[in-house]
Amino acid sequence: MSYLELLKLASPEAVVVLTALVVLSVSLVAKRAAAACAFVAALGLVIAIVAVRFLPRNETLFGGMLVVSPLTSLFKIICLALAFFTILLTQAEKAPRHPGEYLALVLLATVGLMLLVGSEELLMIFIGLELLGLSLYVLAAFDKTDMRSAEAGLKYFLFGSTSSAFTLFGISLIYGMSGATGLAAISTKLATTSVQPLLAVGIVMTLVGFAFKIAAAPFHLWAPDAYQGAPVPSAAFIASGSKVASFVVLGKIVLIGFAPVHGSAGWHAMVAGWSPVLAALAALSIVIGNLVALAQSNVRRLLAYSAVAHAGYTLIGFVAGDREGFSAALFYTTVYAITLVGAFGVVGAVRRETGGDDFSNFSGLASRSPLLAGCMAVFMLSLAGIPPLAGFFGKFYLFSAALHAGANHALLWLVALGLVGSFVSLYYYLLVLKAIFVDTPSLAVAEPMERMRFDSLQGATVTLLAAAVVLLGVMPNVLASRILAAIP
Amino acid sequence: MAASPSRTFSAAHDSGNARLRTRRLFGEAPKRTREARVLLSMIAWTIYLTFGGGVLVLVLPRAFARWVALFATIAGLALGTVVFVGTPIADLAHFTTIVRVPWVPALGMNYHLALDGVSLTMVLVTGISAVSTVLFSWDVEHRQNEFFFWLLVVVAGCYGVFLSADLFLLFVFYELVIVPKYFLIAIFGSTNKEYGAMKLTLYSFFGGMFVFVGILVAYVAGGSLDLNQLSQFEFSPQLQSWAFPVLFLGFAVLAGIWPLHTWAPTGHAAAPTAGSMLLAGIVMKLGSYAGLRVAMNLFPQGFQMWSKWIAVLAVIGIVYAAAVALRQRDLKFVIGYSSVSHMGFVLLGFATANALGVSGAVLQMFSHGVIAALLFAVAGRMIYRRTHTRELDALSGMNLSHAMPFAAFTFVVAAAASMGIPGFSGFAAEITILIGAWKTYPIAVWIAGAGIVLVAAFTLRALKLSFFGEKDAQGEVTKDTTVTMLSREEFNPITIPEKIGACMLMLTTLAVGVYPKLLLDRIMPAVETMRFLK
Repeated sequence: MSYLELLKLASPEAVVVLTALVVLSVSLVAKRAAAACAFVAALGLVIAIVAVRFLPRNETLFGGMLVVSPLTSLFKIICLALAFFTILLTQAEKAPRHPGEYLALVLLATVGLMLLVGSEELLMIFIGLELLGLSLYVLAAFDKTDMRSAEAGLKYFLFGSTSSAFTLFGISLIYGMSGATGLAAISTKLATTSVQPLLAVGIVMTLVGFAFKIAAAPFHLWAPDAYQGAPVPSAAFIASGSKVASFVVLGKIVLIGFAPVHGSAGWHAMVAGWSPVLAALAALSIVIGNLVALAQSNVRRLLAYSAVAHAGYTLIGFVAGDREGFSAALFYTTVYAITLVGAFGVVGAVRRETGGDDFSNFSGLASRSPLLAGCMAVFMLSLAGIPPLAGFFGKFYLFSAALHAGANHALLWLVALGLVGSFVSLYYYLLVLKAIFVDTPSLAVAEPMERMRFDSLQGATVTLLAAAVVLLGVMPNVLASRILAAIP
Repeated sequence: MAASPSRTFSAAHDSGNARLRTRRLFGEAPKRTREARVLLSMIAWTIYLTFGGGVLVLVLPRAFARWVALFATIAGLALGTVVFVGTPIADLAHFTTIVRVPWVPALGMNYHLALDGVSLTMVLVTGISAVSTVLFSWDVEHRQNEFFFWLLVVVAGCYGVFLSADLFLLFVFYELVIVPKYFLIAIFGSTNKEYGAMKLTLYSFFGGMFVFVGILVAYVAGGSLDLNQLSQFEFSPQLQSWAFPVLFLGFAVLAGIWPLHTWAPTGHAAAPTAGSMLLAGIVMKLGSYAGLRVAMNLFPQGFQMWSKWIAVLAVIGIVYAAAVALRQRDLKFVIGYSSVSHMGFVLLGFATANALGVSGAVLQMFSHGVIAALLFAVAGRMIYRRTHTRELDALSGMNLSHAMPFAAFTFVVAAAASMGIPGFSGFAAEITILIGAWKTYPIAVWIAGAGIVLVAAFTLRALKLSFFGEKDAQGEVTKDTTVTMLSREEFNPITIPEKIGACMLMLTTLAVGVYPKLLLDRIMPAVETMRFLK
């Protein structure tokens, strides 16, 4: 294995790192730094996507430290695309203070995502988690003039570092039990042992770190403040890219590494293993996320609590524990990420115009900007699971996979809980839409009757994302068949 | 999930009886010609044209909105009529595939539309209600494009439900209808609109939740989403015993089954006229249609276990809603409760589990679709738009029968049809249901008969108070003021679109009332092939 070959296989990551460096230097010399940096960053991401397309089909290096497979390639592309849209949203923000550094951090976080997605080895996964986490902590706290941003960054950092410590400890326990860090090797080792208390502790602790990243209850406490306080593009990136990558790697860990200790989460047939743990996380997330979201009056906070609930739905796919469940969970989280980037795009536009993101800032949006209002309706209804939008198909896929999995409808209790949760969620999503479509513009808006002005690039981005959500709902096969085919 | 991807047209050839009938009708060999096939598949365009119209309304300038909506709905009605007239009756006995395209092959989902006598009847009533709804919304000015967009989405979704032969597709259309209703009511409605809209939407979604579970269970246990395949599948009795009530109850929420009916009167009262017409006219039928097509057809044993409970709920609904309607002060609430009462007859018809009762129920769905639209048109558009009140006490002082003779005439016809006077469609439908029910539940017939009396009572009361009120009831003084204040010139005359719409609905209920065989000939064979009868 020569270095040249290694570089070839890691070329997308290398491209993104290089782009980050170039962006930093461009910001030092360029006249209109913001635009130039954004252009370079976007270009770098596009080149990286092309580089992913040129990767070989299957390759495994260093016992799984770097894996190239259809699944990793597909999700590298998805992560790069989410970063690309985040950068487009960044571009619309009025004069950020240090555009070069901000974009470089986004790119470095993207490298973290790609390492996470493209690795099947616990140490490498931990490095990816930390690279992603450290970049995101800074991104969350980036707006130095805003108290809330500082609060968001601090909270995110404190919770994040604690959960990282748990994960590292859990990994060390797993290593102690199995003598390996590669997922495949761990799996063969675990197949010969039964679930011992120490192993159970190791599994639960490893899962804690990911439960934090995906904002599953009860590890979700950072989410509301981070979503509300962080700069809008940072929040969008935390809610989308970070989540998708975490779900991919969580799925790999439990379905490949811990496959022998699956356990069972069936109603009458609980068997110890990781799936009852995830089932408990899922159930708790669905209940807490949806109930607390009912009481919110700030759209970003509402999105944060609904994110907790959506993490719960997605986990149901993992609890199912088979290929179909994994595929359904990945489809759902991808659609969710696209939806949230779009929703944050609209929130960003409204926030710039009205100075806030409470319900009152959204009231009467339909008359001030039909385009943004229509897109927001698409995003909210997709999150609520209304056809023909992508969220509806995602839920159907997820729940049918969960029912397929256990014999005799063992997971019906989780599915029923998920359905009740999405019934509750319709209410608060409708409240957002009621503010937008039914209420008249409030006094919080300076010129209530005037057409809203927003960046045309931002408008185009949001429209594109809304179109994607509709398209994935009408023709889900485009993505679903690819994900299913990519999973071995 | 191996399914023959062919366009299945062979099923209807099975019975020699049908063959004979066709030959008698058309005087030639019943070979399914290419034209017949094309004709049948034309019905799918009702969905596309209506959706297309909706999108078009959204992008075109204001001035075109109502015309596009009118043309889209007329096109839908015309397609329905052409297929209704042109398709041999024998072809309508089976749920015949029109379109079948793979959608998500990995999950066995197909874009699969099919047609039989029951769905064609429902498509037809959808077309009639939709056209009249647009005509009665002719003077909507506030956010016109949006209004007609939501309206057309509801109509297109209804067409979709009635034609779907794939469980997932049916559910997509079914849920698709919910959200537009929210916006129609919350933006364009009147009394207590935000409450009514939210209540209606949450109730619908609540029912949808149960439907979701039922569909998933059927899908996972039956291994297919194709309704025709699933209706051949033998689900275990144990599964049917709990899956049927879950699924049927979910659908029945939308059909206004007692005690989950309370969304209907508030929703109808809050909705704009077009909204109430669509809601009561078609959307409530989505629930009953899907209950018949999906729940009863897939889980026949479950249906047998629970049918008497459906009958009990239906009868309670008939009597209870009629009794409540008797005490209402708001005209729209009276009509809203009357809808619940009439839908009770549909459920009673289902519960009889014999061909006559179920066919009568389908006929009642058609009939009530027309009558409810007519009643709401009078109450919401003709009366409320002009007098700005729906309070029966206030209306009784206005002497409306002189001020608006046409409206009075329309309301009398609608009331007669609603009460079940022979000669109108309501009578034909309800008598068929009761005859069917006599074989199974004689007691239910007695109670439902009492319900009919109550219906007549509250309808007459509403009729008397609203149009033929006694002016001197409150003494001389009020009499003078009302006469001077509200003379004939005070109200805008009934407009031409309103007249056309009203006449269309009145003629329909009359035609079906005089000659119900027109519909029953197409409904009965289709019902007879359904599995739960065997």
